[in-house]
Amino acid sequence: MAEPIVEAVDLNKSFDANHVLRGVSFTLAKGETLVVMGGSGSGKTVLLRLVAGLIRPEGGRLRVFGHAIERLTEEELLPLRRRMGYVFQSAALFDSLSVRENVAYPLREHTSLGEAEIEERVVGNLSVVGLSSDVLDLLPSELSGGMRKRVGIARALSVEPEMLLFDEPTAGLDPTNSKLVADLMLDLRGGVCDTAMVVTHDIELARTVADRVAVLIEGRFAAFGPAERVLSGDDPAVRAFLAGAAG
Amino acid sequence: MEAYLRRTAMWYGGVGLLTGQVARSLALPPKYFRLIIQEIEVMGVQSLGVALTAAIFTGMVFTIQSAVNMARFGAETYVGPLTSLAILRELGPVLTAILVGGKVASGITAELGSMKVTEQIDALRTLGVNYIKRLVVPRVLAALIVFPLLTTLADAVGILGGMAIMFVERGADMWAYWNVTTYWVVPKDFVTGIGKSVFFGAIVTLIGCYNGLSTEGGTEGLGRATTATVVHVTMGVIVCDFFITKLFLTLFY
Repeated sequence: MAEPIVEAVDLNKSFDANHVLRGVSFTLAKGETLVVMGGSGSGKTVLLRLVAGLIRPEGGRLRVFGHAIERLTEEELLPLRRRMGYVFQSAALFDSLSVRENVAYPLREHTSLGEAEIEERVVGNLSVVGLSSDVLDLLPSELSGGMRKRVGIARALSVEPEMLLFDEPTAGLDPTNSKLVADLMLDLRGGVCDTAMVVTHDIELARTVADRVAVLIEGRFAAFGPAERVLSGDDPAVRAFLAGAAG
Repeated sequence: MEAYLRRTAMWYGGVGLLTGQVARSLALPPKYFRLIIQEIEVMGVQSLGVALTAAIFTGMVFTIQSAVNMARFGAETYVGPLTSLAILRELGPVLTAILVGGKVASGITAELGSMKVTEQIDALRTLGVNYIKRLVVPRVLAALIVFPLLTTLADAVGILGGMAIMFVERGADMWAYWNVTTYWVVPKDFVTGIGKSVFFGAIVTLIGCYNGLSTEGGTEGLGRATTATVVHVTMGVIVCDFFITKLFLTLFY
């Protein structure tokens, strides 16, 4: 069996006295979508940031693309991060740059492509996320929440990632836009990037995109397994969380 | 008290670490040279008015005060060298660093702090960009060029302002004033002042960048960081000035 893209063993992370993760273990294989669910402040985003190497664990082991990333320096992490695309909850677009320049940013940084080729790639990535070239010259402040999220995905796709990391991709979106983003994530699996780790509290999104689901409660996975089994809610704690999440 | 000491130690440690990271990242890809030029314009051209206005008025007031008071001891002849030495060795570099530094560094903190709280710094990192090379090194390198240039102009304007006020207010003989000044003032006086301005440029931008990159607590935290930068830059320049002066006097006097 091929080595998993992400392999986490007994991860621990604290912020001062707040022990956020208390021994989290999981693997993410190529071609798989893992959804981590949990309430606000449960440590979902912390887990995603650990995988991207943005923060470091205090205990446990974390291998991404076969590298023990807790031991790598920031400089050594950079080429590894170019193999993953991170979609932020807030989109985190560069607010002084147009949509064109945001999506082109990784191409200008890491490739020697000419202007025409960059433009073609930018328009191509925007069309993958369902946006036309009409938005190219707009600033992030001129976009709706759903459009910002999709531009964030288009920018993440510019590095041609082998794995996508989604932080609350549907948070703050209306039901129509949430469905659009969920459908887009399914489309991406079919072609552009087949491996993803998603953190969310959106149960509908989990049902749509997940192969496996983990439920993070009090710093540990209260449940972890195939989506249908976990989302059926056999465990009382998970059932309570899912009932709350479902509203 | 313990928390304050811990915060202070963390701040000095953080600025020290950032300095080390900048030193390791000095080799820039050619495309970042455009950023250095942009920063030179932002720091230098847009700060000229502030630096030169402060310099001319400081030169005039220092000269007129010196003239009036040194006349009491019959030493008015030496006003030229005294004020020129003071401007070249201290007032030029220090005033420029405090005024331009406060303006430049608070702007850097506001920009980088805003990027930090809106996760744009993390976005750069996730795109595989070395944010120290992209955001900090060009600013530090630009300051190493801009601060000596601004200080040179401030020195010249300050000394000329002093000369002008001596002519207008005290009826001094300009030729004699210039001769006695150039007799006592040597190139080393100018060079040590410029040497200081290089240090000040680095200190000012490193403080501005560190405070921006360590901003926490949303827009309120951003306001606190920007205010702290003005205080840190002012105190940093004044305190470092003493130690650099001691060092230069030991090495070069």
